[in-house]
Amino acid sequence: MAASATAVLLDVKEASRSFGGLKALSEVSLHIKKGELIGLIGPNGAGKTTLFNLLTGVYPPSTGSIILNNESVGGMKPFKINHKGAARTFQNIRLFTAMTVLENVKIAFHQHAKHSMFTSMLRLPKHFKEEDEITRKALDILKIFNLADQSEELAGNLSYGNQRRLEIARALAAGPKLLLLDEPAAGMNPNETRDLMNLIAWIRKEFDLTILLIEHDMSLVMGVCDRIYVLDRGMLIANGTPSEIRSNPKVIEAYLGQEA
Amino acid sequence: MKKINKKFWLGIIAALALYGVVQVLLTTGILDDVQRSMLLLICVNVMLAVSLNLINGITGQFSIGHAGFMSVGAYTSAILTLDYDVPFVLAIVAGGIVAAIFGVLIGMPTLRLNGDYLAIATLGFGEIIRIIMLNTEYVGGASGLSGIPAKSTWTIMFFFMLITVVLINNFIRSTHGRACLAIRENEIAAEAMGINTTLYKVIAFTLGALFAGMAGGLSAHTFYVITPGSFNFLKSFEILVMVVLGGLGSTAGSIVGAVFVTLLYTYLRDVPEWRMIIYSIVLILMMIFRPGGLLGSTKFSLKKFGKKEAKANGGISDSSAS
Amino acid sequence: MAMEYFIQQLINGISVGSIYALIALGYTMVYGIIKLINFAHGDVFMVGSFIGLFSARYLASAGLPPVLVLIISLIFSMTVSALLGITIERLAYKPIRKSTRIAALITAIGVSFLLEYTGVLVLGPQAQGFPDIMVKKQYQLFGTSIQVDSNQVMILITTIILMIILQYIVRYTKTGKAMRAVSFDMEAARLMGINVDRTISATFAIGSALAAAAGVIFGMTYNSVDPLMGVMPGLKAFVAAVLGGIGSIPGALVGGLLLGTVETEISSMGYSSWRDGVAFAVLILILIFKPSGLFGKNVREKV
Repeated sequence: MAASATAVLLDVKEASRSFGGLKALSEVSLHIKKGELIGLIGPNGAGKTTLFNLLTGVYPPSTGSIILNNESVGGMKPFKINHKGAARTFQNIRLFTAMTVLENVKIAFHQHAKHSMFTSMLRLPKHFKEEDEITRKALDILKIFNLADQSEELAGNLSYGNQRRLEIARALAAGPKLLLLDEPAAGMNPNETRDLMNLIAWIRKEFDLTILLIEHDMSLVMGVCDRIYVLDRGMLIANGTPSEIRSNPKVIEAYLGQEA
Repeated sequence: MKKINKKFWLGIIAALALYGVVQVLLTTGILDDVQRSMLLLICVNVMLAVSLNLINGITGQFSIGHAGFMSVGAYTSAILTLDYDVPFVLAIVAGGIVAAIFGVLIGMPTLRLNGDYLAIATLGFGEIIRIIMLNTEYVGGASGLSGIPAKSTWTIMFFFMLITVVLINNFIRSTHGRACLAIRENEIAAEAMGINTTLYKVIAFTLGALFAGMAGGLSAHTFYVITPGSFNFLKSFEILVMVVLGGLGSTAGSIVGAVFVTLLYTYLRDVPEWRMIIYSIVLILMMIFRPGGLLGSTKFSLKKFGKKEAKANGGISDSSAS
Repeated sequence: MAMEYFIQQLINGISVGSIYALIALGYTMVYGIIKLINFAHGDVFMVGSFIGLFSARYLASAGLPPVLVLIISLIFSMTVSALLGITIERLAYKPIRKSTRIAALITAIGVSFLLEYTGVLVLGPQAQGFPDIMVKKQYQLFGTSIQVDSNQVMILITTIILMIILQYIVRYTKTGKAMRAVSFDMEAARLMGINVDRTISATFAIGSALAAAAGVIFGMTYNSVDPLMGVMPGLKAFVAAVLGGIGSIPGALVGGLLLGTVETEISSMGYSSWRDGVAFAVLILILIFKPSGLFGKNVREKV
């Protein structure tokens, strides 16, 4: 773990977002240091995915600022934010289903390819050189996720668990500094979930990543995260270490209130 | 990588052999004038279908205004050869470039529209281009331009077609083409993975317009006359039909679709009153019984075009295109 | 004077606009319920016009009074066209309901060609004159130079009556409620026990009947019908539907009237050859700046 790195990678200042008259997020402030693995929890409809959408540029914040790696990215287009070093997965899996597993990962390398479309159309040497390189790197990533032997399969034909893993592989291929995972273990059984969490911990070290993780299952987040933010009805209600969060009365109330 | 290269060169050799055989048949007079103009028409239609497939099939942008780009290319090149004595091939390329500029101009504002709305907007633009031609005396108004030199020979046509197919297919099977495919598959994910979706949509639209413009120029120099009416929305539909009948998303499918529709049109000329009726029945039956097209795989549904509950069918097979 | 001229063109525009509006309603209802741009709809308008022509000829020669000829022809044409609409949906669109949208569009184009060229085969390509059911009378308006003819009055009355009936069906009948439910969420409607197939048939029947009414009115106004007459009005009516907000019934009405008025004003200014171009330009501007149309709702994709 890069515990020595204390520089702030992501700094969100009083970010709000409303849809029509409805305030989905109000004045959320949070910061993530380089190398941290942070959990983001909260009951259904608390605004977790909305926050992800702000961070990745799906829509701009109504007010407030988002600073990624000392650069303001609030209101930037999603592809720009991806280039700046934030990659994400989606709660409802969004793979390129009719493309192969390998092609899915290759898409994330597109931004690093330097050759123009004319080079490709004329099949100049640089096209082959970079294409080979992209293929090699993509296969390397697939190997980490044990998907290399299914690289020619259509992504839509993968099992549900493997689709979730492919999404993470694809996000990782973009070479992010900050990885945003939206309920990566949703729909998985306890064994798969444990394996996935181990894998996330491993890639975090291996790729020197900072990770923000949305998770519904409290116990799961408690086990792996350094710190946890809790959202409820669009507002941050708590932030702290897992043990602090566990005993926070506001958090307990938010979760109990939802079940009642 | 070597395997792809081998397949590529085999395709080129087969194409050249086809060219040679037809050339011999033409010079020896075994193929008559009717068959000759049918062959030229096939080349034009292949260019149109393959270029529209890049927009509709690969990038998933529902465009039905392709005839508009075709007419821009046709008029530009015809004026260049008629009034300015520009060399023929240069005039064709210039026609393509002007059409590509129209592609950029039309693409920029409209490509943020989705699905059916984009389709309607492109249809509208196609019609506006036609109405502008209709009202411009310089290009002959309703009677169009005539006396265009018939310079499109089989050789010229064939090589323009071959170059179009090779360039577009090379584009599709590159990282740039993959970017376009990703847009079709899931625009939000493509954008989140670092693809500048607006840029690639405009690129696909522009490239499609470029080759459609050249096809228009070539057809103008085959049939002596062009009128605004020959580039109306029905022509756009016809090109769309070729792409879908062949198999949306597949270059090979677009070629097969173009050949199929051209043959159908030509041979049904003997029964003029039944021609459109048979054609329309073929369309309906094909869509009911083989919605994925002649070469469409049934492996996976094209979700972007699909309805919510779309089942497998209407497949795509970009990687099998040669 | 200028004001009177403007109002005169406005009145003329409302007649054309009523025709567009009646066709646009069918487009908008069908799109609302199965998300299909039914390109064959303009041709149902053509068929309706021909049926109106034949029945009017027959009834007039039988010596019926003009008002009765009009009413019976109108109802007969609407009924037959409604059946045609149901048949088209059952035979061509139902099998591809679960297919891709582009396949559905191609099918609609196929049906459109089939109707047009069957018309050419059976009736011949040349235009036929529509019988003069009623003798046109001109009325001066309140001592001004503005003129209204009896035909325009008839168009307006017919359109208003049909609108009231439609509004009643959609709002208060079981079928109408089912239509709204199916267009909102087909699967949920099915689960709630609504007969979706029947509802879709009803939508096609109503849309086709309205198009047929437009066809009869068109024939009486322009006195000339031919098998390809549906192409342009069909396309324009579609523009009108988008203008009003596709899926919205009041939108179709307003869109049709607006488009008809704008077109008439442009023609009266001497730019009639640009008329269609302006219609499409309006379409594109609407799509770019307010794609949901004047009365449509915005839908955002959930991420």
